[in-house]
Amino acid sequence: MARYDYNDDSVVVIVGSGAGGGTLANELCRKGLKVVLLEAGAAQSPATFRNDEWFAFNQLAWLDKRTTSGSWRIARDFPNLPAWTCKTLGGTTVHWAGAALRFQEHEFRARTVYSNIAGANLLDWPLTLEELKPYYAKAEDKLGVTRTNDIPGLPGNNNFKVMYNGATRVGYRTVHTGRMAINSRPRDDRSACWQLGFCFQGCKSGAKWSTLYTEIPKAQETGRLDLRTRSQVLAVEHDKSGKATSVVYADKDGKQVRQKARLICLACNSIETARLLLNSHSSMFPHGLANSSGEVGKNYMRHTTGSVFGIFRKPVHMYRGTVMAGIIQDEAGLNTKRGFTGGFEFETISLGLPFAATFLRPGAWGRDYTRLLEQYDNMAGMWIVGEDMPQSTNAVTLHPTEKDQFGLPIPNVHYDDHPNDVAMRQYAYRRGAAVYEAVGAVETIEVPPYPSTHNLGTCRMSANPRDGVCNKWGQTHDIKNLFISDGSQFTTSGAENPTLTIVALAIRQADYIAAECSRHNI
Amino acid sequence: MKKLKRREFLQKGALVVAGAAAFASGVTVVAGAESWTARLKALNAHQGQTLLAMSRQLFPHPQLDDSYYIPVVQDLDAEAVNRRDTARLLEEGVARLDSLRGAKFVALTPAEQISVLKQVENSDFFVKVRNSELVSLYNNHRVWKKLGYPGASYPIGGYLHHGFNDLHWLPDPPESASPKPA
Repeated sequence: MARYDYNDDSVVVIVGSGAGGGTLANELCRKGLKVVLLEAGAAQSPATFRNDEWFAFNQLAWLDKRTTSGSWRIARDFPNLPAWTCKTLGGTTVHWAGAALRFQEHEFRARTVYSNIAGANLLDWPLTLEELKPYYAKAEDKLGVTRTNDIPGLPGNNNFKVMYNGATRVGYRTVHTGRMAINSRPRDDRSACWQLGFCFQGCKSGAKWSTLYTEIPKAQETGRLDLRTRSQVLAVEHDKSGKATSVVYADKDGKQVRQKARLICLACNSIETARLLLNSHSSMFPHGLANSSGEVGKNYMRHTTGSVFGIFRKPVHMYRGTVMAGIIQDEAGLNTKRGFTGGFEFETISLGLPFAATFLRPGAWGRDYTRLLEQYDNMAGMWIVGEDMPQSTNAVTLHPTEKDQFGLPIPNVHYDDHPNDVAMRQYAYRRGAAVYEAVGAVETIEVPPYPSTHNLGTCRMSANPRDGVCNKWGQTHDIKNLFISDGSQFTTSGAENPTLTIVALAIRQADYIAAECSRHNI
Repeated sequence: MKKLKRREFLQKGALVVAGAAAFASGVTVVAGAESWTARLKALNAHQGQTLLAMSRQLFPHPQLDDSYYIPVVQDLDAEAVNRRDTARLLEEGVARLDSLRGAKFVALTPAEQISVLKQVENSDFFVKVRNSELVSLYNNHRVWKKLGYPGASYPIGGYLHHGFNDLHWLPDPPESASPKPA
């Protein structure tokens, strides 16, 4: 493994090792660039993962304190856990469920297609599906997405059988085991899925793509990656000309060190990327770095989510097998006749008993609730994931008084559901319940959103520097050697799970960075 | 392999250790109802019995006897030993439960207990006990067995050959939607 000097200002520093940062590190190393990859968390492995929900949560999740505000239920149900993201090598690719979907063409043009929706701060992406297609293809090949590249779909589990039968009985047509970055047969030195049922806890079979055991070791093989775990970046610094020069981070011993850089790429997930820019304020940039637009932290999106669980007379054992290998796509398209704009997917989901007790009805207690839990064996579950509206007031901001272990302001995450989000969720609850009722559900449960796993938009791409933080390459409008490399770039959220798009953007960004470096533009 | 796995789990928390130790030695904790309160470190016997009654009302399962709820109180006690604010919250909370009906909480009928709990359900004390119990009770492997959750599947190699698609009360989807396993 490479080890670069702290004063080596020819390196690319990437902050965060998940879908964006981990992929970018591998791509840049393969192009011959020197990369320092800084990850706040420690390195786990399939051997150290455990099939245990609470253990894994404590092992993998980002647990630094955060606060919440706004009308979303999370602020009431989980006031200090707005998001369920990771602090571990591989980032949220360790706990993601593996759903790997492309955005639809119209979703890149939300402002144009959805027109002017009151209260929504919609914008078209400065990018089209046509431009991204070649990179989606590369991303699908890299991740080994089922139903692409002649890779068969995963075999459906019991939870999918219930979804499939119910969905087809109510007339849905696009229902299958999904496009999943989980091997249905051995590929890329990784095994086929064992149907463990613990996708969220780190995949012990290695069948699910994670940068932890794909991109990062591949980058290390080039000899150009300097990987530093347990290294949490506290600030990005710049010189008098406004160019980014270095990062300051707390290393594994808690010592604060400065790493110089030729360019810096932030991929810390939407809450921490925005927080890092805001915390990096200086006399030259009093409102934070790359924030001349004032848009850093704003337009925070988390997808319109919720779950429907059905209770049946006979066992389902939903916890058996791949958690999210099941999808209904009929509601994903453009169709404004439903009383809202944008679309949503239904995807199978299951929770172990410990998390079912925590999440099925947050705040509930008493016999009505335990009676539900006693039917755990007979439950099937589906998750709603739909496009939410960007709003200027939905924002990651710095807490006015509370500080973290490094003395820096913690983030507050404010989110109000837009009326469009509420209408979509209510409609989706009804349709999801209808799916289960069609196969004999004796009861259905509308489950409110879990802490956000899809965190997007806090440094969005925009054609005009006034409207967003970065350009179509993820390069910040204000500082040309500072890049956004994660889901913070998303101009709008689409109806799809974001990882495939994050990976496609990272591959594309690597091409741009390498070209700009060779032209000595950065 | 399963045994080793289990032992690993046992090291994870006082609750699970306490629950499993009783389980392993075959002792029915209920029989020694007085002795478990005697072993509490921060809470007295009355507080222990009150929190036990409360935890039974919060997440009542007729098929679970007191031995499944005692670890909930033991976990709260363990936290109260280390945190003065938790200890005070529990002391004051129990006192409040005893004050609302003119009789000790443990002496009330189940219906009265539920109505008392409804009165305090927005208090920090109530939220503390409920959130703690959610983990203590539903992360207890003995409770998993009773409620039909098997926990880790890695020791059996996952469900690929252990029933991931064994549901027979609905037709199998076509292969185009759900291919056969490789």
